[in-house]
Amino acid sequence: MPKIELINLQKSYGAVSIIDGLDLTMEDGEFTVFVGPSGCGKSTTLRMIAGLEAISGGEIRIDGRVVNRLEPKDRDLALVFQDYALYPHMNVAKNMSFALRLARYEKSKINSRVNEVAEMLGLTEYLNRKPAELSGGQRQRVAMGRALVRDASTFLFDEPLSNLDAKLRAQMRAELALMSRRIQKNMIYVTHDQVEAMTLGDRIVVMKSGKIMQVGSPEELYRSPANLFVAGFIGSPTMNFLKAELSEEGGQIFVTGRGFSLPLPAKCKPRLSSHNGRTVMIGLRPSSFSVGEGEGSIELPIILSEYIGAQSVLLSEMGGQKITIEVSSEAPIPSGAPMNFVVESEGIHVFDSDTEKAL
Amino acid sequence: MFLAPAAAILGIALLYPIGYMIYASFLDWNPSQRIGEADWVGMRNYLKLLHDEAFWESTWVTIRFASIVVTLEMILGVGLAMLLDRNLRGMSILRTIFILPMMIAPIVVGLMWRYMYHPQVGIFNRTLKSLGFDPIPFLSESNWAFASVIISDVWQWTPFIFILSLAALQSLPKSAIEASRIDGASGWQQVLHIKLPLMLPVLIVTVLLRLIDAFKVLEVILVMTNGGPGLSTEVLALHISRTASEFRELGEAAAMSNVLLFLLMLLTICMFGYTKLQEKRSLHLRQAAKEEV
Repeated sequence: MPKIELINLQKSYGAVSIIDGLDLTMEDGEFTVFVGPSGCGKSTTLRMIAGLEAISGGEIRIDGRVVNRLEPKDRDLALVFQDYALYPHMNVAKNMSFALRLARYEKSKINSRVNEVAEMLGLTEYLNRKPAELSGGQRQRVAMGRALVRDASTFLFDEPLSNLDAKLRAQMRAELALMSRRIQKNMIYVTHDQVEAMTLGDRIVVMKSGKIMQVGSPEELYRSPANLFVAGFIGSPTMNFLKAELSEEGGQIFVTGRGFSLPLPAKCKPRLSSHNGRTVMIGLRPSSFSVGEGEGSIELPIILSEYIGAQSVLLSEMGGQKITIEVSSEAPIPSGAPMNFVVESEGIHVFDSDTEKAL
Repeated sequence: MFLAPAAAILGIALLYPIGYMIYASFLDWNPSQRIGEADWVGMRNYLKLLHDEAFWESTWVTIRFASIVVTLEMILGVGLAMLLDRNLRGMSILRTIFILPMMIAPIVVGLMWRYMYHPQVGIFNRTLKSLGFDPIPFLSESNWAFASVIISDVWQWTPFIFILSLAALQSLPKSAIEASRIDGASGWQQVLHIKLPLMLPVLIVTVLLRLIDAFKVLEVILVMTNGGPGLSTEVLALHISRTASEFRELGEAAAMSNVLLFLLMLLTICMFGYTKLQEKRSLHLRQAAKEEV
């Protein structure tokens, strides 16, 4: 299982630059997820790794070997496509065994390999069917089966779940997570869905306009986003952003905005005291609020209350801006009357309002 | 009610001429008579055909001609489409040049090739002569004449297959071809295992269309060889036209036309049968998939 390195990887169509100098190392046996809004270059990056797209500059190395000009078949990887890309004229068994037949494996070996994978994916009874005779979820499994049969060293996934309905997607996501744990291979997965990214990835690469915004574990991205973009992209419901001013009072740092003043934890002091007096952006996760009164609690109006069961999502206003608040709720919270909230000081993120980077 | 205009047009434009021709095939009719004055001879024209060696010879020539040209055109047309299915600079101009022959009137094609095949002034023999070779009797020796008309037909109609195959190729699912590249298929293996099987429905219809057309070929051969030397290039359409105009046997010509029509009808039924079969299969597939969900 090889290490994959991208070194100053570039892609441009004419004068339009799509990927702008990407540097990344994907370690052996790691599940890496590329996530970002559509058009951020994540699929293009994956296709360049696969060899389906020529690269305009930089290097791709697999196991230390430069593969820039290598044909896809010589890179020892398997790819699951967004639209499955099954061969419509072949049945499931033929689809799955195509690569092995091309490589002239023994027939008995091909059969046993196909049967083994079909069993693992629950496809045994469909082996003689053509793709058109299968449902979306089954086609998805065949596409994965085709990749698994190959026993390639690296598996690439290009938004493999985006054509499925919500329920099936959750189910396939779980199956995929189990599969990746079982086969222990390099996985590179592209998605625009941050939930998929958070649940599947060992490491997540957040991209925007052909650039890497942040690389880290799901927890790192959630707990300490490096910039406004990552903070807004990761987490659901999305983070609230408010304008505020940093100030120091009695040895403690505060962020003060219109109608609120929140203390920051003491450990932030060394980092932030030099920015004293500056206007910054603060980010508050909807889940950083909790209902209650106490020191530093603020009263906020409840404009709208959405009861979802264990949680309620509240629409409120703070510093002259609409914000969302997520609180656990035993009973529905009525809208209209204002309530008191305590903001968890650990959950306050401070960003430079010019560079958008975390302070 | 809405079908009435269509039915009327169908009756006048299609059924009347065909009915007229079938009726005429039972008559002993020469061009100086009105159709009402011709004698009814029943099946005599058809029975005569059974023993008419010239008719059988020209049927055989037609079948040979059609199968050879269509085979060659398919190989060349599909091959060219595979080669030119890429985005290179100037490719659209090249494609346009390729389909030019198809747009030239058959009579002109015939004249052009006859001139090029000319024993003394034709470009082929002049070139051969300047290289020190003996001239080739392109149009005056049976086998050469047959080959010559085949070459001209292949030149004119390969583009037809080329544009249809190119359209088929370009509408193939891109991702399936990419998947085959990842699965390790070489260029040839992609063609053999993925592209050709996926193009097959289009190719089969193309073959049938070309076969039907090739069975009716007339003008190019009429201009180039007029069926000769001997009967070596006398295709059915030419034989029919000569029976009607030179031998003044309209009844017999009509009978021959009906035999040709019958042959073409068989081909057409094959074509419809094939598309019906495809539709049935895809319907069956869709139902199976629906039950599964």
